Amino acid sequence: MSSKIYDFSSLTGSIDAALNSWMSPGLAVLTELVIIGLVFLIFYALLGLFLVYLERKVCAVIQNRVGPNRVGKWGLLQTIADLIKLLMKELIPIRKADHLLFVLAPFIVIIASFMAMGAVPFAKGLHVLDFNIGVFYVMAVSSLGVVGILIAGWSSNSKYPLIGAMRSGAQIVSYELSVGLSLMAIVVFSGTMSLSGIIESQADGWWIFKGHIPAFIAFIVFLIASTAEINRGPFDLAEAESELTAGFHTEYSGIKFAFFFLAEYINMFIVAALGATVFLGGWMPFHIGNWEGFNQVMDYIPSIVWFFTKTFFIIYVIMWFKWTFPRLRIDQLLTLEWKFLLPISMFNILLIAFLVLMHWHF
Amino acid sequence: MSLSVFMFYLLSGIILTFSVLSVTTRRILRAAVYLLFVLVATSGLYFMLKYEFMAAVQLTLYAGGIVVLIIFSILLTHHISHRFKRPETMNLLMGIGVAVVGSGVVLATLLTHPFIASNSPELPVDMSVIGNQLLSTGKNGYVLPFELISILLLAAMIAAIIIAKKDKNKNSEI
Repeated sequence: MSSKIYDFSSLTGSIDAALNSWMSPGLAVLTELVIIGLVFLIFYALLGLFLVYLERKVCAVIQNRVGPNRVGKWGLLQTIADLIKLLMKELIPIRKADHLLFVLAPFIVIIASFMAMGAVPFAKGLHVLDFNIGVFYVMAVSSLGVVGILIAGWSSNSKYPLIGAMRSGAQIVSYELSVGLSLMAIVVFSGTMSLSGIIESQADGWWIFKGHIPAFIAFIVFLIASTAEINRGPFDLAEAESELTAGFHTEYSGIKFAFFFLAEYINMFIVAALGATVFLGGWMPFHIGNWEGFNQVMDYIPSIVWFFTKTFFIIYVIMWFKWTFPRLRIDQLLTLEWKFLLPISMFNILLIAFLVLMHWHF
Repeated sequence: MSLSVFMFYLLSGIILTFSVLSVTTRRILRAAVYLLFVLVATSGLYFMLKYEFMAAVQLTLYAGGIVVLIIFSILLTHHISHRFKRPETMNLLMGIGVAVVGSGVVLATLLTHPFIASNSPELPVDMSVIGNQLLSTGKNGYVLPFELISILLLAAMIAAIIIAKKDKNKNSEI
C-alpha cells in the first residue's frame, strides 16, 4: 500500500555501495561512521538553535508579545548571536569542586541524548539504529542522562545545585515508570518493540485512532510523564530559578552550560519524536483503513515532512504546557506520579492486554 | 586487525581500566562513576554480540538503575571533601593477593578449557520469544524461577516499606 513513499534506503544503499567500491570494507564502515556523526552533529546544532528560537516565539505568542524580532528577518539570527556570545564566555573553574566530574557531567548528559537520537526513525529508510527492541533501547539510554545531572549537582560543591540534582533525580526516576508503561501500551497493541515495526503496524491508521480510548489515555500519560522526564515546566523543579538560582547547572558557564541547555532541548525533540513515532505513526502518512484513493493522495506528501510535522506538533504542545501551567511543588509532583499516573497507566495496560486478547482493536 | 576485534579490545580495555580505578580511587562518587563506565562498556560487549535485549537490560538495570541509586545515596550521605583513608599495607597486600589468585584461577580455567565453535543455527533473540520462554511451563520454561524471584522482590519491597515507615508513637515525641 505504501509503495509510493520514497524509500531513503535506496539513497543510503547507493552511498554505501559507492564507498565500498572505492575503499576496503573496514575503511568504508569508518567513513560511514564519520559521515553519520557529522550529519548528526550539524543536525544537532541546527535543531538546538531552531528549538530555542521556537520556544521564544511560542512563549511570546502565548504572552501576547512579538518575541525576538531585531536580529535578522523575524529575529531568526537571534539564537545564533546568543550562541556566539555563549562560546566566547569564560569557563569559570571552581575552587574546591571535583574538577574531573565537573567537566565530565555535561558530556554524560549530551552523550545520552546522542545515543537516543540514533534510534529515531526520521523517514522511510532513514533510520540509523533499528534494533528489534528499539523502544526499550531509547528508554535505556535516556535513563543515563540523569547520572550527568546528579554528578553536575554534586561536583559543583554548592547548595543550590545539590538540591536541584536531588529533585531531578527523584523526579526522573519516578516518571520513567509512567513513560515506560505508556509506551508498553502501544507495544502490546502492535506486538513488537522495534520502532520500524511499530510504524509498519500503523499503515492502516495511527494507534491513537486504532487503539480506542486506552491508547488515548496512554498518549496523555506519555505527554505528562515525558514532560517531567525532560525537566521542563511545569515540572522544572530541578532548575526552579525562583528558588534555586538555576538548579543543577548554577555553577556552569560558557560552553559547558550550553551543553546542558542544548541537551535539554534535544531531549525534548527526542521525546516528541518518540511520541510521534509510537502514537501518531511516525513517518507514516495519514491513512484510513481501506480508502485506497485517499491513502494514495496522502502518500504524495514525503514521509520526512509527516515525521517533522507530527514531532513539532508534540513539541508545540510541550511548550504550551510550560507557558500555561505554574510550577508544581515537589510533593505535588511525586503525588501526581505515584498516586495518579502510575495506577492509571497500570490499569490501562491491563485493559489494553484484555482488548488485544479479545481482538477488539482494529 | 578488523574493526570488530579492535572494538572488542577497546571495550575490554575500558572495562579493565575503570574496574581497577573504581576500587583504587579514594573519592566515593568517582568510584561510582567509574563503575558506570564499566557497566556501559559491558553493555557495549552485548551489543557486539548482537544481543540487544541483554544490552538494553544492562543499561536500564545497572547503569540507569543501580548506579543512579548508588549516586543518589552518596548525594544524601557524603560531603564532597570526604576522602577515604589509605588502607593499611597489610590489608592492601592481602587484597592484591586475593585478586591475583582469583584472576589466576579464572585465567587458568579459560585458557585450558577447550572452546568448541558451535555449528548449530543461531537461536532467535526476539523479544516475544524471550517473553514466551520466561513465562512458559513447558520444556526449558522459566516460569518457576520467575515466580520465585517475584516473591523475593515482593518480600524485599515490603521489608523496605516497613523499615522506612515512621513509628506513630516515636513520631509524636519528635
